[in-house]
Amino acid sequence: MASMFTRVLSGRNTAVIMAGLGAGTLVSSYIMTQESGVTAGEKIKLYPPSADYPDLRKHNNCMASALTPAIYGQLRDKLTPNNWSLDQCIQTGVDNPGHPFIKTVGMVAGDEESYEVFAEIFNPVIKDRHNGYDPTTMKHPTDLDSSKITSGMFDENYVLSSRVRTGRSIRGLSLPPACTRAERREVERVTVQALSGLKDDLAGKYYSLTEMTEQEQQQLIDDHFLFDKPVSPLLTCAGMARDWPDARGIWHNNEKTFLIWINEEDHTRVISMEKGGNMKRVFERFCRGLKEVERLIQERGWEFMWNEHLGYILTCPSNLGTGLRAGVHVRLPLLSKDSRFNKILDNLRLQKRGTGGVDTAAVGDTFDISNLDRLGKSEVELVQCVVDGVNYLIDCEKKLEKGQDITIPSPVAQFRK
Amino acid sequence: MALSSQHGCLSMNPRLLENQCKVDAIMPFGNTHNQLKMNYTAEQEYPDLSKHNNHMAKVLTPEMYANLRDKQTPSGFTLDDVIQTGVDNPGHPFIMTVGCVAGDEETYEVFKDLLDPVIEDRHGGYKPTDKHKTDLNPDNLQGGDDLDPNYVLSSRVRTGRSIRGFCLPPHCSRGERRGIEGLSVEALGALDGDLKGKYYALKDMTEEEQQQLIDDHFLFDKPVSPLLLASGMARDWPDARGIWHNDNKTFLVWVNEEDHLRVISMQKGGNMKEVFNRFCTGLTKIEELFKEKGHEFMWNEHLGYVLTCPSNLGTGLRGGVHVKLPNVSKHEKFGEILKRLRLQKRGTGGVDTAAVGGVFDISNADRLGFSEVELVQMVVDGVKLLVDMEKCLEAGQSIDDLMPEQK
Repeated sequence: MASMFTRVLSGRNTAVIMAGLGAGTLVSSYIMTQESGVTAGEKIKLYPPSADYPDLRKHNNCMASALTPAIYGQLRDKLTPNNWSLDQCIQTGVDNPGHPFIKTVGMVAGDEESYEVFAEIFNPVIKDRHNGYDPTTMKHPTDLDSSKITSGMFDENYVLSSRVRTGRSIRGLSLPPACTRAERREVERVTVQALSGLKDDLAGKYYSLTEMTEQEQQQLIDDHFLFDKPVSPLLTCAGMARDWPDARGIWHNNEKTFLIWINEEDHTRVISMEKGGNMKRVFERFCRGLKEVERLIQERGWEFMWNEHLGYILTCPSNLGTGLRAGVHVRLPLLSKDSRFNKILDNLRLQKRGTGGVDTAAVGDTFDISNLDRLGKSEVELVQCVVDGVNYLIDCEKKLEKGQDITIPSPVAQFRK
Repeated sequence: MALSSQHGCLSMNPRLLENQCKVDAIMPFGNTHNQLKMNYTAEQEYPDLSKHNNHMAKVLTPEMYANLRDKQTPSGFTLDDVIQTGVDNPGHPFIMTVGCVAGDEETYEVFKDLLDPVIEDRHGGYKPTDKHKTDLNPDNLQGGDDLDPNYVLSSRVRTGRSIRGFCLPPHCSRGERRGIEGLSVEALGALDGDLKGKYYALKDMTEEEQQQLIDDHFLFDKPVSPLLLASGMARDWPDARGIWHNDNKTFLVWVNEEDHLRVISMQKGGNMKEVFNRFCTGLTKIEELFKEKGHEFMWNEHLGYVLTCPSNLGTGLRGGVHVKLPNVSKHEKFGEILKRLRLQKRGTGGVDTAAVGGVFDISNADRLGFSEVELVQMVVDGVKLLVDMEKCLEAGQSIDDLMPEQK
């Protein structure tokens, strides 16, 4: 019976037969003759991609919009050099249909090569998420020269705090959805070693999640630095919470203005912040710190994942390019009640959030205002955009205070032409 | 150290690509990096189990990890896949969880060095050489039709079945899971008489059907327990999951929840014999229907019926009642009595719930090493005794004479 089945599989009419019979029938005649288990390779053949194609009819995320059965068929059996598969990239998007009003991304990368091997699905997703950015034809500019920022000091009657964050991945090690325990520990080791080389205002200390004391934990909570095991199913379904809290930790400088998260959603998340409105200084420290860390890892033969089309490579396609979110906590009691507020933000390419972060509501009149875009514009361009935008918002607020009218600004250009 | 600092991108190094065993296909969950892990030492990969309290953590020494980590089942399930749920869920200081799962039938063979001691620890000293008896002949059950319905409110028997040749819920692809659903629905569709019923796919059911199933307490939800989620069995929810039940609502099958199939027979009152009768008849019929189509259940003479969690091996059977024991449950020897009778108590909300109003869920504690008939016999005899004790205490009499021997 096995030989008959083998002949069937290799015959010209295989495709017709496979399509005609239910997968169950084929499996049955095959299984009865197996003495040991069916191998993965045999299973892949028993189930054509059409049998495995996910049911995305109730889904509303970028992956579901882009993943046609044809693309799935072409990519299902491909593997990155680290044996990461398409199904593993899209699992989070299959498991989380999304929200009718919020369009999530719905897929992650397991390693740097994912973006290449599965380009047929990543590229349309990137285009959808990043305003039409086409990785095949466009180049992403990287610019960490903070001296270019102008008017980067906000009126502190309105701006309570300023912050810039990004992520960095260590080339050669798998990303959080895919990494082994040893790889994750290696990310921790490489990063902590580099950070220990920081000096002066950047000198600081590492707190491993597995080893911190109760007091250290409480202090980190009070400083709003501590991150917890992810509870969002968007993250847990992607596999990035495995082995928690092994090799996770928080590093910050003694002045508490430069903070690194290790092995949370990305290899590293880098945050520069301070109270008040000196965004220029926050960004200056951000760039200086990033460059210093990069120099220190390069001394030991490591580098960050980066290429000229996608910029800095991170786990989630939404964070490609700069991975940068620059923002302020700002009081806008009058402007926030004006019906034109959202349109103004839109045109300035800014986004509002509550002060608890993404998905929180604003408390009182204080908003978290930050850049919408990540890819296609450089760090300097995005921070300048936030600076100009927030200055404009404060100007509107002041005008409204005086009973003057405000105007909606013309839309900011998308990509560098 | 395995990763040289000379070359930043490990995977781009052609020398290393050659050394990696070529993998030509993988299942969607599992075996992701088994070859990549071989570039690191066992010590570098060994999980930190210092704060863990589950069966896996007790057994998995660094040496055992080193010996097993390069193995995989034919479908590609690896040691790390087996133990992921146990690594992610350290457990509770007082409750001992299992901490490992199987991805296919061969898991129990390929990783026997780990699973045999786990099984032995979990199943009261069951040895790797022991044989498990299967007995689904309901005529062998003595009595059980006369548990006092003034005390015994409902009776229920459940078990699980896996279809040989398919990967288990932690590891199966969507295509396989749909295959399991298709075969199951076909088999169940051929049941007749008092077993005739209907299938409700989770993703297709109407609002009314959903409400009815909730009211009947039949509907199962996407697992929320991190023990289950971490093993990967909730992937692609609710694709290919569903509930089948007979028109009489006394025979119920869950498809693709924690196991391929969970089979439940139940009814109000104390006629456990009837419940067990239907259970055995139904299971036997279903098995025949599968065989007609060229499929069988996973079973062997050492482990009995093979299921996802090692705790459910053997019979996979939990037979129990909801019974009013307000007096007995307050007796200082209640725990000891249950232990001797090889019974276990739970709240009426199921595992991990507390009893409400003196009503307890009393069921067999064992799964493996005893046959189905033996386990249900223990429940029947034990519950009968508990009800007698309850009546004694109600009448103000002592129950010292009724204390049972250790079974």
